[in-house]
Amino acid sequence: MIKLGVVYLLAGLVFAAFAVLSAGDRANPKRFGNALFWGLVGLSFLAGDRLGDIGNGVLVLGLALIAGTGQLGRGQPATTSPDERKALAARFGERLFIPALTLPVVVAFGVLVLKPLQLPDGPLLDPKQATLISLALAAVIATAVGVILLRQPLTSPLQEGRRLADTVGWAALLPQMLAALGAVFALAGVGQVIGDLVTTWIPMDARLTAVAVYCLGMAGFTMIMGNAFAAFPVMTAGVGLPILVGQFGGDPAVVASIGMLSGFCGTLMTPLAANFNLVPAALLELPNRYAVIRAQIPTALPLLIANMVLMYVLAFR
Amino acid sequence: MLTLLGVAVVVVGFAVRLNPLLVVVMAAFVTGWAAGLTPVEVLAAFGKAFNENRFVSAAYLVLPVIGVVERAGLQERARTLIGRFRGVSVGPLLVVYLLFRQLTSALGLTSIAGQTQSIRPIVAPMAEGAAEARGVTLDAATRQDVRAMAAATDNVGLFFGEDIFIAIGSILLMVGFLATAGITIDPIHLSLWAIPTAVVAFVIHAARLMLFDRALRRRAAA
Repeated sequence: MIKLGVVYLLAGLVFAAFAVLSAGDRANPKRFGNALFWGLVGLSFLAGDRLGDIGNGVLVLGLALIAGTGQLGRGQPATTSPDERKALAARFGERLFIPALTLPVVVAFGVLVLKPLQLPDGPLLDPKQATLISLALAAVIATAVGVILLRQPLTSPLQEGRRLADTVGWAALLPQMLAALGAVFALAGVGQVIGDLVTTWIPMDARLTAVAVYCLGMAGFTMIMGNAFAAFPVMTAGVGLPILVGQFGGDPAVVASIGMLSGFCGTLMTPLAANFNLVPAALLELPNRYAVIRAQIPTALPLLIANMVLMYVLAFR
Repeated sequence: MLTLLGVAVVVVGFAVRLNPLLVVVMAAFVTGWAAGLTPVEVLAAFGKAFNENRFVSAAYLVLPVIGVVERAGLQERARTLIGRFRGVSVGPLLVVYLLFRQLTSALGLTSIAGQTQSIRPIVAPMAEGAAEARGVTLDAATRQDVRAMAAATDNVGLFFGEDIFIAIGSILLMVGFLATAGITIDPIHLSLWAIPTAVVAFVIHAARLMLFDRALRRRAAA
């Protein structure tokens, strides 16, 4: 069975290569900061399970200190100029889309064909991680297709990958850090405290108020915790089940489903959902790091109201 | 109540735009302190959770291939290709992408598109090219708006499509949680009740994209 370990090994080697190439990049005045940062990420992937909990904690502290003290610069790997790219684009034409389209094709193949595949000693891919394994496989195949089809230098995947990694910078590690913060929050019982606050202080003797509290609570709590998965158990145990389902007889499937989607409206509005909101801003080189959130709020708010209406109408038929 | 101090650190830290990695680490230590943990215990808990969540960052494995195709001119190609289709402007282009993203996510194919592999190399340049083909001048502010809207469209399509697929994480979480509360629910019911919201999400965001398109063209005409 192919497990996540293979993906981590590959990711570790790639980030380690980013580190080595960064260290040799004299055009970047902060090259050793970058080398250390990507080196630590590589180390985490390669040896994270052997570092111990405190070792990993120190590693994370190192990442935060490098980024927080401004030691992270932007590498300048030799790449093609805008004019060269225009000429290449004209020469290659639609062939340029092939590597990028190889990605979704291989991912779909992995999820739809490889995932159900059974070997004599069990499934071929670890079923829980099949998507990520497929994505890694797709990345390798698409890279090979790109280098061969577009006749790019053999070092270009690592150099260009490093260029993009430096473009994203510290934001690349924020989603994983926030996931870890979520674990500390859970350990300290932050969710429980917020859930108790909501249920203690807001009277929910009317059905409409209860629907509003549950949906707004899901959105608001998601904004604080960075993902709806953390908000769902707390809000559903506090409001959804005892009041909407228990007291008012709502359909639990409707309550849960639309409740979760109300949480997703919150995800659109918070910087704590970094992989959706801040990483893209960095990736697209937007001057305002909150520009994507700003673009999403006018969709998220009316949709949140629509969710409350839908739940009110559909859950109590 | 003291437990919420960490949340306050996050809110203030993000608001004053300190480096978010530092904010997160500070919030972890403040929260742990408020909950009576020693700094070493917090460090261990934080490190353990960081290690367990490595899969979150493994998705950056697509960076090399995206870099390679960019080096060979993919963004430029996407831009000129869309310019050739005179009829396509930013609004309809992103509406089609929104629909594609919602439908494929609803089939469980959430990873076939995304910010790194689709928006940066293809969709955002196409959106820019479509705007330019309609005479829109892409000054820094307009460019940011177009790109941000492309990124937003990917998120909206993903979030309000994936919950229609029965084997997605959030559905499994709901089924598991309700089961512990003694309520047995077939996942298919949860996914079916995600459809009304998905439809409304499409209508709202598509309408916004068309209005955005009109505003861009009005800016160009002015």
